[in-house]
Amino acid sequence: MKTKLSAENLNISFANKQILKNVNVNFQENEITALIGPSGCGKSTLLRSLNRMHDLIPYADIQGLVKLEDINIYAKSIPVTEIRKRIGMVFQKANPFPKSIYENIAYGLRINNLPHDKTVIEKALTEAFLWDEVKDDLKMPAHRLSGGQQQRLCIARAVALRPEVILMDEPCSALDPVSTLKIEELILHLKQKYTIVIVTHNMQQAQRIADKTFFMYLGEVKESGNTKDIFENPKHEMTKNYISGIFG
Amino acid sequence: MKYKIRILLDTIFKDIFKATGLLVLFLLGGILALLIYNSISFFMDVKPLEFITGMEWNPTGKSPKYGMLPLILSTTLVTFGAMIIAIPLGVGTAAFISEYAGSRLKNILKPAIEMLAAVPSVVIGFLGIVVVSPGLANLADLPNGLNALNGAILLAVMALPTIITISEDAIHAVPKTYKEASYGVGATKWQTLRKVIIPAAGPGIISAIMLGVGRAIGETMTVLMATGNAALIPKGFFDSVKTMTATIAIEMGEVPYQTTHYYGLYALATMLFFMTLIANLVGEYFINRFRKYHAT
Repeated sequence: MKTKLSAENLNISFANKQILKNVNVNFQENEITALIGPSGCGKSTLLRSLNRMHDLIPYADIQGLVKLEDINIYAKSIPVTEIRKRIGMVFQKANPFPKSIYENIAYGLRINNLPHDKTVIEKALTEAFLWDEVKDDLKMPAHRLSGGQQQRLCIARAVALRPEVILMDEPCSALDPVSTLKIEELILHLKQKYTIVIVTHNMQQAQRIADKTFFMYLGEVKESGNTKDIFENPKHEMTKNYISGIFG
Repeated sequence: MKYKIRILLDTIFKDIFKATGLLVLFLLGGILALLIYNSISFFMDVKPLEFITGMEWNPTGKSPKYGMLPLILSTTLVTFGAMIIAIPLGVGTAAFISEYAGSRLKNILKPAIEMLAAVPSVVIGFLGIVVVSPGLANLADLPNGLNALNGAILLAVMALPTIITISEDAIHAVPKTYKEASYGVGATKWQTLRKVIIPAAGPGIISAIMLGVGRAIGETMTVLMATGNAALIPKGFFDSVKTMTATIAIEMGEVPYQTTHYYGLYALATMLFFMTLIANLVGEYFINRFRKYHAT
């Protein structure tokens, strides 16, 4: 297995409040890694640091290294737009653009000067298991889709750019069980082509889809390893308490 | 007992609010009725076609002429010019304040712009006479600068605070998630602003522009002071113009009561009313078209 994305000695603070403490993690190629832990433990902060989403926050201070293969993604010579094209993101709440379904996919392609004809759009939507449901309504405003469909559209939007890594920030937290299962199936399918990092509050979800699981607590990665080991044989007392629901 | 009082209060306030709502409708209807009633008296004497297409407005001549085309063209020209200046400036400023300016600069800019709105129109008109118009005259080598361009510049200044404030609110109200989505697919700040934020804020920006247009069409004192008031068909921005509002304001004070001329000013006012109405309807139409793509 090859390490696709990694963080070394990563420390992040917002307005002098330290959120991540000395995080060292590796994400393997074509694997799904789940980040779990109680609210406020820094999962989302870690995830968002992986494609420089914190650049938008003026008071964020980031120390340490984040590497995509052997490139330091925070290096001055690397344009942030290039990083975000290679490391896509799917957000907690489905956030399609207030445009048509077609335009939602075409937008990202167009701004990156990639071809955006119908075959490319169809391919992305097919990969996100959405094509059959929307093929006759491509001109329809994306907001008319159901919550689950919107989230799959957002995944299609990310996939269309052929990224190397897809980051997902609790992509199913606002969805019903049926839509959730559909998206999990999709994530498992996408793993063949992409490296996936997913933040989740749902232990069952982590067990169903993740190869590796990282347990975080108060800004530190307390335990990491194969999902099976973490859930069946946690080494850390805290991990054990968290996954068994004693705190959370 | 207490319960009954609460229900009673509820009913009373419901009726009060209903009454205030109806009062507004009544006022609007009353104004429209007054305008139309008096306009009808005018159209007994002058054919509507002659009024609308007539090339000359000269109600006090030996054979009075009531053609309002020069006035309509004047108003349109000045408003159009004002919007050409104010829309890019206003939307650009709004985007700058909302997306680029640091919080310190923002805290200075926003109140300053609101203060600009508080400058009385007569002061703007005065500045037009003593500052802008001589400047224009020098630049373009004209005998004087009291012309349509002068009026357009001043009206642009007056419409700017409205356009900036409302556009800024609209841009600011665009959900952060849209921005994140755009940055997430590798867009730059400018691409995000132009292709996501401004379209998403579109309805608000269009209402801002339409309110600006309404302000420009309806503004009286400034254009009266600054545009030279020659009721001729304007050939360009350097011609002196006499807008509909200025015509009403100037002539209403001197016109003999209940003459054709007097009623003619009502007809002008009716026309003005419908022009602003159309501006608002067009605005509404675009707002609805944009809204289609927004979550309810």
